[in-house]
Amino acid sequence: MKRSLAYIALCCLLVVSCTTDQDDNTDGYTATPLELNIPPLFAEKILPPVIPEDNPQSVEGVTLGRKLFFDKKLSADNTLACAGCHSPASAFSDPRQFSVGIDGTAGTRNSMPLFNLAWNYNELFFWDGRAASIENQALFPVIDPIEMHNTWPEAVNTLQADPEYPALFEAAFGTQNIDSTLVTKAIAQFVRTLISGNSKFDRYLAGTEQLTQSELNGLNVFLDENRGDCFHCHGNPNNPLWTDNIFHNNGLDETHIDRGRGAVTGDPREFGTFKTPSLRNLAYTAPYMHDGRFNTIDEVIDHYSEGLVYSETIDPLMKKVDEGGVGLTPEDKADLKAFLLTLSDPSFISNPDFQDPN
Amino acid sequence: MKKIVLMIVASVLVFGCNNDDNNPQPTPNATVEFTFTHNWDGDVIENSDFDLLQYFNANGEQMSISKLVYLISDVTFTNLSTAVSYDAGDYNLINVREGTNLTFTPDIEIPEGEYLVTFTFGFDDEDNQDGIYPDLNSADGGWNVPMALGGGYHYMRLEGKFVDNTSAQANYAYHTIRANDNTTTPITLQDTSFEVSLGQVTVGSSTSVEVKMNVAEWFRSPNQWDLNQLNTVLMPNFDAQIMMYENGSTFNGSTGVFSKGTVTQ
Ligand code: HEC
Ligand code: HEC
Repeated sequence: MKRSLAYIALCCLLVVSCTTDQDDNTDGYTATPLELNIPPLFAEKILPPVIPEDNPQSVEGVTLGRKLFFDKKLSADNTLACAGCHSPASAFSDPRQFSVGIDGTAGTRNSMPLFNLAWNYNELFFWDGRAASIENQALFPVIDPIEMHNTWPEAVNTLQADPEYPALFEAAFGTQNIDSTLVTKAIAQFVRTLISGNSKFDRYLAGTEQLTQSELNGLNVFLDENRGDCFHCHGNPNNPLWTDNIFHNNGLDETHIDRGRGAVTGDPREFGTFKTPSLRNLAYTAPYMHDGRFNTIDEVIDHYSEGLVYSETIDPLMKKVDEGGVGLTPEDKADLKAFLLTLSDPSFISNPDFQDPN
Repeated sequence: MKKIVLMIVASVLVFGCNNDDNNPQPTPNATVEFTFTHNWDGDVIENSDFDLLQYFNANGEQMSISKLVYLISDVTFTNLSTAVSYDAGDYNLINVREGTNLTFTPDIEIPEGEYLVTFTFGFDDEDNQDGIYPDLNSADGGWNVPMALGGGYHYMRLEGKFVDNTSAQANYAYHTIRANDNTTTPITLQDTSFEVSLGQVTVGSSTSVEVKMNVAEWFRSPNQWDLNQLNTVLMPNFDAQIMMYENGSTFNGSTGVFSKGTVTQ
């Protein structure tokens, strides 16, 4: 079966990554390898996480990445860290509709929660997928004029002149010569450790916790083509990611001020499509959608139930668009919400390994 | 499964050597590549053809295709002189728009020779076990079928838009799965995967076989498909699944969607 094929491929990958470790540019230095803490359900159900050959996880790399993630020194005026728009208490998203950069300018998209990103097999990051890896993504916010508004040479100078950082880079990568590549590698290593796999629903699947009747009915609504039909984009009990990481137009607008994926690819067929977000941790990630237009899960459900609007790129899975949607009963709506909330994971936001170390 | 086949092959080889010294048995060292191409009554379907309302189905509706992803499994080679069957037991998920897995080489080596080649569209019940394939659970947000519909996996997701009988654009999602009726207890299930025969193929040292899908056939015969009636919520619709099965396969002498294209050596 292809399953064994996948494992063989995985083994080859491991072998390959081991061999390339040795001819790394850092003269054979190897930091202490660190295994990702993969939830058993993930290991059983889905393909292994994506870890680039040239950036293996290490204890020192993650320690450094975590420090950088929470450090305001990456911004031009030392006032804003990554965590300023991605806070642990919000599952690493931002409770504000639009985050505000160091110059007081607000963005136009809602911040995104950060968890289970190593399982984004397509490796397209941001709402529009314009970043091609977690490492690549980390290059953007530092120099974004409405975010940290720095330059990479400046950011690197600051870290190089810092009393602590050169030694931390030495420990993580075997060199004191800091550059943007190593900074983003360290941050990416930390981001890959942000794993959420211990929600009530995970424990239900593991057989250690029961769902209420309302939550179970909510799951049925979610999986029923006649009612929610959410699973074709947001996953199912065999896919613990709860997203397809693919770009869709879920019927929010008649015209697209923000073209989303289409602005990146230039393909009109993708105008107004955005990456499906995971439904994990919704309890902490409000507001919702790429522009944070909905403040509550109820508003989101109302949207799918009766608020759909037609535009040319609307996804074929959106049903009865001319009537605004399938029109869920109040009971089904309440149950669907109850089910969605079972996907939230309090142990993720309180995980001591994910808090500010500085 | 694969091991059993190999053992049979091995014993046949041993048997053959003992009895026929003048006719050395070929060694199983050929793999066969398959390439999957897609057309609408002969017009090739490429990435640029997606999302265009450019097709007319047999019932006369103007329609587009925005997604075409499907699963094939159990490619089987039956040797016409020895009658030995070879089946790697693996599968391939083809995403036409993304252009992924358009070529597939089953993981099995066979002796060169003349073969009858078949494969399964979707998964037959033996393979259609719920949640057991991590790559399929990970594909397309989860290629799975909810347990309430019998579990297992989708066979195909064909989606797009059509102009309905009020001249408005509407969506369709022609998803094929194992037919199920969950109004009965226990749930009624019927295997609606089907075997596709590609006929006779000469397998040499580097054979490549084109498999063609004519998407228009899904909507033609024996059931002329009316998208105004059957557009979405087809997964829980037992009768619709049977009709899809009949249209896709060569049921009752119909053309079926698949055919053998060019074979190169
Ligand atoms: C000013 C607020 C702000 C800061 C500072 C910020 N981000 Fe973000 N982050 C955002 C917003 C807004 C988005 C979504 C933007 C978009 O899609 O265009 C985002 C998206 C992301 C994503 C994409 C997640 C996904 O699933 O695709 C990652 C990863 C990320 N940020 C990491 C970081 C890191 C690492 C830093 C620090 C180097 C950082 N962010 C700093 C606001 C911020
Ligand atoms: C066609 C694919 C698709 C289907 C089906 C679908 N969604 Fe979504 N969902 C998306 C996309 C894409 C977004 C982001 C859209 C945007 O921001 O522009 C989204 C956003 C969301 C969000 C906001 C999450 C966040 O962090 O901002 C929630 C909650 C949600 N969907 C729940 C549901 C529910 C419940 C259903 C079923 C009733 C459903 N979705 C059906 C694709 C889909």
